[in-house]
Amino acid sequence: MAITLEGDVPTDSVASPPSSLDVAGDRTFRGMTYMFSWMTIFLVLYILYEIAGKAAPAVKEYGVGFITGTTWDANRGEFGVFPEIWGTLYSAILALMIGGFFGVSIAIFLTQDFLSPKLELVFKNIVELLAAIPSVVYGLWGIYVVIPAIRPTANWIHEHLGWIPFFETSLSGPGMLPAAMVLSIMVLPTISAVSRDAISSVPHKLKEAAFGLGATRWEAIVGVIIPTSATGIFGALVLGFGRALGETMALAMLVGNSNQVSLSLFSPANTLAALLANNFPEAGKQEEGVLMYAALILMAITLLVNLLGTAIMNRASRRLSGVAR
Amino acid sequence: MATANVLNCESTATIESNGKNIVIDCKIKNLYYGKFRAVRDSHIPVEQGQITAFIGPSGCGKSTALRCLNRMNDLVRGFRFEGHVHFRGKDIYHRNVDPVAVRRYIGMVFQQPNPFAMSIYNNVAFGLRLNRVKDDIPERVENALRGAALWDEVKDKLKNSGLSLSGGQQQRLCIARAIATEPSVLLMDEPCSALDPIATRRIEELMTELKEKYTIAVVTHNLQQAQRVADKTAFMYVDTTEGARTGYLVEYEDTNQLFADPKEEYTKQYIRGEFS
Amino acid sequence: MNDEIEISESFADVDFPRLERSLRHPRTLLSAFLSLMTGVVTVVACIPLFSVLFMLIYRGGKRLSLSLLTETPPSAFESGGGFGNAIVGTLTMVGIAALIAVPFGILAAVFLAEFGPKSKTASAVRFCAKLLTGFPSILAGVFAYAAVVLLTGTYSAPAGGIALSILMLPIVMLTAEESIKMVPQKMKEAAIGMGATQTQVVWRVILPTAMPGMLTGVMLAVARAAGETAPLLFTALNSNYWIVQDGSLALMEPTASLAVLIFNFSGVPFESQIELAWAAALVLVLIVLVINIVGQVLSRKRVTR
Repeated sequence: MAITLEGDVPTDSVASPPSSLDVAGDRTFRGMTYMFSWMTIFLVLYILYEIAGKAAPAVKEYGVGFITGTTWDANRGEFGVFPEIWGTLYSAILALMIGGFFGVSIAIFLTQDFLSPKLELVFKNIVELLAAIPSVVYGLWGIYVVIPAIRPTANWIHEHLGWIPFFETSLSGPGMLPAAMVLSIMVLPTISAVSRDAISSVPHKLKEAAFGLGATRWEAIVGVIIPTSATGIFGALVLGFGRALGETMALAMLVGNSNQVSLSLFSPANTLAALLANNFPEAGKQEEGVLMYAALILMAITLLVNLLGTAIMNRASRRLSGVAR
Repeated sequence: MATANVLNCESTATIESNGKNIVIDCKIKNLYYGKFRAVRDSHIPVEQGQITAFIGPSGCGKSTALRCLNRMNDLVRGFRFEGHVHFRGKDIYHRNVDPVAVRRYIGMVFQQPNPFAMSIYNNVAFGLRLNRVKDDIPERVENALRGAALWDEVKDKLKNSGLSLSGGQQQRLCIARAIATEPSVLLMDEPCSALDPIATRRIEELMTELKEKYTIAVVTHNLQQAQRVADKTAFMYVDTTEGARTGYLVEYEDTNQLFADPKEEYTKQYIRGEFS
Repeated sequence: MNDEIEISESFADVDFPRLERSLRHPRTLLSAFLSLMTGVVTVVACIPLFSVLFMLIYRGGKRLSLSLLTETPPSAFESGGGFGNAIVGTLTMVGIAALIAVPFGILAAVFLAEFGPKSKTASAVRFCAKLLTGFPSILAGVFAYAAVVLLTGTYSAPAGGIALSILMLPIVMLTAEESIKMVPQKMKEAAIGMGATQTQVVWRVILPTAMPGMLTGVMLAVARAAGETAPLLFTALNSNYWIVQDGSLALMEPTASLAVLIFNFSGVPFESQIELAWAAALVLVLIVLVINIVGQVLSRKRVTR
């Protein structure tokens, strides 16, 4: 039994051991936090289980042919998602190229004292605001602003440079390029924020050392700062790639939902997420199972990329803490 | 040398604790953080109604020893304790004792002033609410603030944040917070090290006033402070002979006695300022 | 390096060092060019934001009126109408999602930051939360469809709310963990020194002190959820009716939301519905921005170490 400590405590003391209610409350609360922590793990496992479980019949029925097949015809019961996998990767890579270039440039520009701290903050907030706009609004903007704006240029390029595979079709409306452009705007804030963190965690003394050797600002950036934060910047790009792979609405509204494999930037295409968004609400029982299979593939791809990104970020922070010491 | 000191400290301690009114009898045989032995062989009694000072060079384990007295060390990973700490005759390291209960009876004031991010009033009332006191909270808060010589400065702004006060005021607020529940013993871990000389002076005056009601154990790196306020002084030193840095008690004495006529060579050197 | 050697040799006969800045040096020129380029890139990146905002105000603002908030959407050939039901639907589902994700996330965060920060459980939980951060929103919808819609046999607001809560959870949890970690160690020590139990330390000191930061995280999560479309497409579906009909709450029915309404009306050939989509987009962005700003203001009240 618990030992009491009152003894001959001064009479006016109000000190008392924690009441049994306090002790019980303490145990309960700690138990609850522990339980909810575990529930996070269970939630992730349950999500995997639900999606994989619902996809299982379709996986059995269609097997690998589903991944390599190129037709999607619910009436004939023929399903293949190769064009969607292609479109998902193609759009994400394009978005990564544009968004990565912009994101990393911005990260450099906003960390290397090019601007006064006030202006830096203004631009930082603007880039953060880009992330706050809902993707469906970007989709709407893409339909009514981006597509009409780029169509004349795109079609001019197609007329004059149509022999290059990237320009072999004309842009009649929705297509890969407008989708990738809007997608790049959506991944830009992620890339810029994560690489800004990576760059600003480069120890100041390294930069000073470069300046002390007579390097110009850009020699310091290219020679010291970017190499030191390279792992972190790479991690930012991978995380941005992961976001681009899973992004749904802007693509569902802008990519054209056309089941074809093409290198052309101007032809309509489709992605896994857009396929789910457009077909799920009206799917019959059979198509629903097949869509679960598509969801499973999307989940596998994004999980893989995100795991890779997280692993790289962990390595980056470990490397940098090594430098700091 | 080391062994001689061990024997000496044990004999000194037994002599001192005879027949006195000991509130806390602290006997540390070994104290580990993981594999690191931080303190060994220190027997420090804390007497009723007196101020006991822990002095010694930095790293000698004086703060660690103080933090044993209300089991604050339990928060440190890998903490292991061999020995006993008797509070009114009961071992607070007995496995049936709840460390939380210990800390209700033995209050603590820390090195850095650490008021909560809440109003001055709520800071002081914190302990009262913890102990489920329902009656006279405003009176008790006022008494505690008066006891900490802070009432006149803050009585008109009790709703302001505790963090809005100056460093010295914050520390007195922390003292008020600690004495609001009238604990038996007050532990103070270098309470003035973050303060300027004037604020230090006030805290020292306060300590001598508080001694009327509370038993105080204080860690200080300031020898003059120990001389000014303490009735008993424990001098600890760090033993580096085994390649480790283990603190141990060298000498425990009446303060006047210790400073006027130290028995140990190390004590002599230290109070003469020959090492720090 | 080569440059430097050349310069020092060619000016070896000059008895003072050349220190003035000149664009004629290739390295200065390159530096200036790169500075200009990143600057231009940064400015260009701001164009989409201003273009979006301009279009929202220009096309959505035209249609702004009180009836938007009180009426239900028009059919194809009608003009007028509004999307009051969609605003209510969005708020309802975000509310349901917050009711699930906020307690869940904060309790788990308390464990992560206070009770077992270095435990194996904590690293596993953090890992799972990070996975959920990168989880595509459409898959949250697929999961809620499989787990809730198929189970209850109907599209409903709770199904949509559950899908949204999966997206909110990691944001709430990870920001709450961060803000709890920001509570100064000395405050925790003070409370422990007073004889507070771990739970009392959490409730009386840590949570009040970390509150602004945690609320910022909640606001971020709510703003994100309010703008999400994909998870609602086949969990809440859509509806042309109010969620409260004839005084009773039709919770287990398909439910309208601003985001899905914008999606549905974006591709139609009917001018009045397209206008409504723009107006809905304006309202949605305003809601999201206001929530974000509230979060920013709260984050300034943080107590830091």
